[in-house]
Formats: sequence, C-alpha cells, structure tokens
Amino acid sequence: MDSIGAACHELKKQYDDCFNLWFSEHFLRGRTNDSMCASLFKTYQDCVKKAMKEQNLDLDEVKKDLLGTSQEKKPPQKS
Amino acid sequence: MKFFENSTVFNYSWEQVAQGFWRRYPNPHSKHVLSEDTISREVKSGKLITKRILSKTNNIPKWAKKFINTTYVYIIEESIVDPKNKSLVTYTRNLGFTKVMSVTEKVVYKQSEENPSKTVVSRYAWIDSQVKGFSRAICAFGYERFKKNANVMIGGFNYVLQNMYPHQNVIHSVTSTTANKIKDAAKNASELAKSKAAPIYASLHPNQS
Repeated sequence: MDSIGAACHELKKQYDDCFNLWFSEHFLRGRTNDSMCASLFKTYQDCVKKAMKEQNLDLDEVKKDLLGTSQEKKPPQKS
Repeated sequence: MKFFENSTVFNYSWEQVAQGFWRRYPNPHSKHVLSEDTISREVKSGKLITKRILSKTNNIPKWAKKFINTTYVYIIEESIVDPKNKSLVTYTRNLGFTKVMSVTEKVVYKQSEENPSKTVVSRYAWIDSQVKGFSRAICAFGYERFKKNANVMIGGFNYVLQNMYPHQNVIHSVTSTTANKIKDAAKNASELAKSKAAPIYASLHPNQS
C-alpha cells in the first residue's frame, strides 16, 4: 500500500515490514518493548508529517482521539 | 442519524486476524483506497494504540462538487490491540465534509468464546448528515448501502486472511442482527435524493467497494 507522500513509499514499506514482524514475533507473544522499529518509525514519521502538511489537512481534526474517550459514540440502548 | 450493527465469525484465530488487520490493504475489494499511513503508535499498559490515515478516490458527480470540492477523501482510523484479552477495536471516521455525511464505524474483533480458533467480529456504524433538505435521504441511503456492503467489507479482509493462511477454511457465517434505530423517520426519502446521495456516501467510506 502506498503512502500519502510519494517520497515516503519506501520508508513506509521498510517500517511496515519491521512492524509486522515485531507485531507477530514480539507483541503478540507478550514482549511489548517496541524499540525494534523505533528508528525506522521516526524517519518514516518525519516524511509523513511533511506530506500531511503539504496536503493541507486539518491537523487538529487528525490529532483528535475519540476511541476510548467520552466522545466515542455508543450503540443506542436496546429496548 | 442512522445506526447499523451486525456480527460475523471469521474462521481464523484472533492472533491471525490481528496480524491480518495490518495487511488488509490492498485487496481486490479496496481498489479505491489509495494510501495508508501510520501517524502515531505507542504501547500503553500492554496495549498497542495506533492511529492511521487513509486516503481514497473521491469520485463524485458535478452537482455534489458544491459540497465536496476535492480530489481525495481522508479517513482517520484509531485502534487498540489488547493481546491479554484477545481484543482488537477499531474506530474510523471521515476527515472533513462531516456535515455532508459523517460515517463513524467501530469494529470489535474478539476471540470466540465457543471456539478459540475463531474470531467474532462486531461492527457498529453511525451515519449522519446535516445537509439541509437532504440529510434524511443521505442517511437512509447510507444505511442501506452500509447494510448491503457489510459482507463485501468482510470479503476483502477474508481474502487477505486466505492468502496469509491458505490452509484454513473460508468465512464461516454472517449473521445480520441489524438494530435499526432511526431518529429521523427517513422512510419517505425520495429515490432521486437517494441516487444523488450515493456517490457522496461511496466517496466517504473507505471500506466500500
């Protein structure tokens, strides 16, 4: 899958490959230390953040966290 | 506002589904999804908390361009993976144009209580619109479309899982327990308005084919 920024495709691929390995071999086996892909993530993030600015996205709206907060929508009460 | 709910069983363990989740795109049912990026990620109290941004093509008719004048639509997806409780929760919303139509979707993937080698997927969606004179029609259309395509969305994920784990069976069953809570009595929405709403809805939801 491509990145939002054409310049970030390769960085994204490298990070995703590292993450998928970490997720399968470490995280799902109870090892939560996530330093394994940290440097790849940092480089990739620098690229993506720049690309997002160029796309003129509403970054405040992007930053909003809703899942697990009081703002999360709830299914209607079953009657 | 319209609310949609259904549940599905995947013939794959929760661990398999959780790994497949990150490799869901591309798949043959998601050709309109153009990009996918992780924009924040951390481990907190043993849980993996991630935010991603997805973009998709915005193929809308001329008339709709007065509401949405852009080439792409962006989607924000938050997720929490809890490996101890074998639960993955995702929460997805469209970025911008929420007054035209907002589609918020929550999906919970949990290990089946009856059979640990299966995963129960519960999907909830809230469809809303604030377009004067069209909101009922847009919501009604969005609801019908979501209901119709629920299986298609699952199909894309299942395709990815089949490729990752080729020796397992395909999808087990789909049960539709649509809890239809309609705040707007949208029954009488005109067919014309529905047909106009279709492209807007299609352009705002990433998982539709």
